[in-house]
Amino acid sequence: MTDIVDAEMTETGSLGTTTAAPRSRRGRSVDPIPRWLVVIGILVALFFILPTLIVVPMSFDGGQTFQFPPKDFSFRQYQDFFTSAVWLKSLGASLLVAVISAALATVVGTAAAVGLNNLTGRLSGFVRTLLMLSMVTPAIVLAVAVYIAFLKWHLVGTLGGYVLAHGAIGVPFVLVSVTTALSGFDRQLLRASASLGSPPLRSFFRVTIPLISRGIVTGAIFAFVTSLDEVVVALFLHSATFQTLPVQMYNSVTSEIDPTIAAASTMVVVVGTLLVLLPQLIRGRRARR
Amino acid sequence: MSTTTRETVRASASTNELNARGGTQIRLDHVTKDYGLKAPAVDDISLTVEPGEFMTLLGPSGSGKTTTLNLIAGFETLTSGSIALNGADVGMLPPHKRNLGMLFQNYALFPHLTVAQNVAYPLRERRVPKQEIARRVAEVLELVQLTGRDTNYPAQLSGGQQQRVALARAIVFDPQALLLDEPLGALDRNLRGALQREIRRIHREVGSTFVFVTHDQEEAMNLSDRITLFHDGHIEQIGTPEQLYQKPDTLFAATFLGDSNVFDIDASTIEPQLRWEDELWTVDKATVATRTGRSEKAALIVRPEDVGIAADRAVVPTGVNVLSARVRDIEYMGSFRTLLLELGAAGQTGRARLAPTEGGVSIGSKVIAWWRPERQRIVAA
Repeated sequence: MTDIVDAEMTETGSLGTTTAAPRSRRGRSVDPIPRWLVVIGILVALFFILPTLIVVPMSFDGGQTFQFPPKDFSFRQYQDFFTSAVWLKSLGASLLVAVISAALATVVGTAAAVGLNNLTGRLSGFVRTLLMLSMVTPAIVLAVAVYIAFLKWHLVGTLGGYVLAHGAIGVPFVLVSVTTALSGFDRQLLRASASLGSPPLRSFFRVTIPLISRGIVTGAIFAFVTSLDEVVVALFLHSATFQTLPVQMYNSVTSEIDPTIAAASTMVVVVGTLLVLLPQLIRGRRARR
Repeated sequence: MSTTTRETVRASASTNELNARGGTQIRLDHVTKDYGLKAPAVDDISLTVEPGEFMTLLGPSGSGKTTTLNLIAGFETLTSGSIALNGADVGMLPPHKRNLGMLFQNYALFPHLTVAQNVAYPLRERRVPKQEIARRVAEVLELVQLTGRDTNYPAQLSGGQQQRVALARAIVFDPQALLLDEPLGALDRNLRGALQREIRRIHREVGSTFVFVTHDQEEAMNLSDRITLFHDGHIEQIGTPEQLYQKPDTLFAATFLGDSNVFDIDASTIEPQLRWEDELWTVDKATVATRTGRSEKAALIVRPEDVGIAADRAVVPTGVNVLSARVRDIEYMGSFRTLLLELGAAGQTGRARLAPTEGGVSIGSKVIAWWRPERQRIVAA
């Protein structure tokens, strides 16, 4: 409800109309956004989005190589994708790795967030920074480190190796979103639950989890999407028998000019975008209820 | 596991659990809680709450009353001492095994559960059968007059209604006692009065032991069978509201509960007469608090409603203690008037409460304040 009102206010403001009556602003002063700023905003957005969107029309081209703008319209690339054993196998591997590593990251990240929320002082800050490190470490550094370690442990080219590496990369996303959710969580509720006869672990599942579920779901989705399009670590870990979709895409671009990659890219973009938007959609439905 | 089974049996066996039970005795023995700060938060207190009693822990913030309640609930661990429910030591039990209901200032309702689900929560924890749960939830919602709000979420209710849901949730599982942590603190004044009456009625109907924490002395006087007055981690005095108001032991008790005129006196020379400035006052031995002997300093206190006002010394009743005063201001309060007085030579501030019909005083006039010696009280300062 509030969101809608706010959006309307911003819109009227940005159009520079004077019809927006002060009463609808409910005492909050919202300065109208100047027109030039709106133009810049749209240009920046296009700059970010257009390169990604270019693959969509390209994926519907029927030619043997990449073409933009597309010459004709066909589903050929999609047909190729879904009939090629190599593409399908790497898609399956990708989904498997993403699901398991997201689950792993969600459990570890949630546990870490809840634990760190109970800690105070320097220790919690230190541990939090440590857990976030993989977010700021250059991917190549991470990949080399993981590769060297996993070579020794015989995890290169295995599902387990991918899951461990991608799980670790996903933990910070879950940690951040669950920590945010916990900041709005009233700890008094746990005392109430205890006074009503609920042991700590059951209180956690019956009170804490439902109330921070949005943070958990958001984190899980980000961990899933991150794993789905992670390429650097995946390149180091792949083997002839086990490789993820981004690795196959990379190979198809470097070794052969196969336009099927446009279809694969489009699908990854669409699935990723839908997943990231999912928490917003859930929130919208809850707000209406 | 065995306790859960026992609770389940008891919970499902008692069909009229909302009717009077014996209640539980809560006994605190030399209880201390020390956080390692300058002084312990609770320092060696001993206190027995009798079965079915409404006991209020009263005191200013930081006096240790809430810490004491949290120790009883099990949210804080004892530094030393023991806590027993009906003679059974619970000092080492975690809160969820103490079977005590608790009411919080911010209600602490589960926002993701409906009213009925909130109230059913403790029963589900105890594995009470579904039909039994439905029956008891309906019963307790009727007791707190919230029938028909079952499917509402807490956010859809007013503050007073939310606290009534919390109350229903805290008593539905027939706890050994109910602990109330300033439950009315967040409510406005009118609602507070209504909920006070509600809590008193439910205490009568349920008949279990209530331990109520507040810093509001009026609330404490209204609700309690007895009051324990806290001050700096110690118990200042335990007694009925009448005892605390009429016979305070210390200056703190006398000034925390109600208004008082306070006269500093020397504890060594208080019987049979004492001198304050130029006045010589009669001392009734019964009005000297027993704790006075231990302290060097003492104070004589008189409640404003016990102070009479006369035009001069010739017209005061015989045998009363008198003091010259000047009227600084008059506050009209409807059912009474409060005179702000400058007492004695030094002109220390004092108060007298008069019926609005009593005339003959005007601002600035010199008067004689008087009171009967049996209405004064001599306390440790």
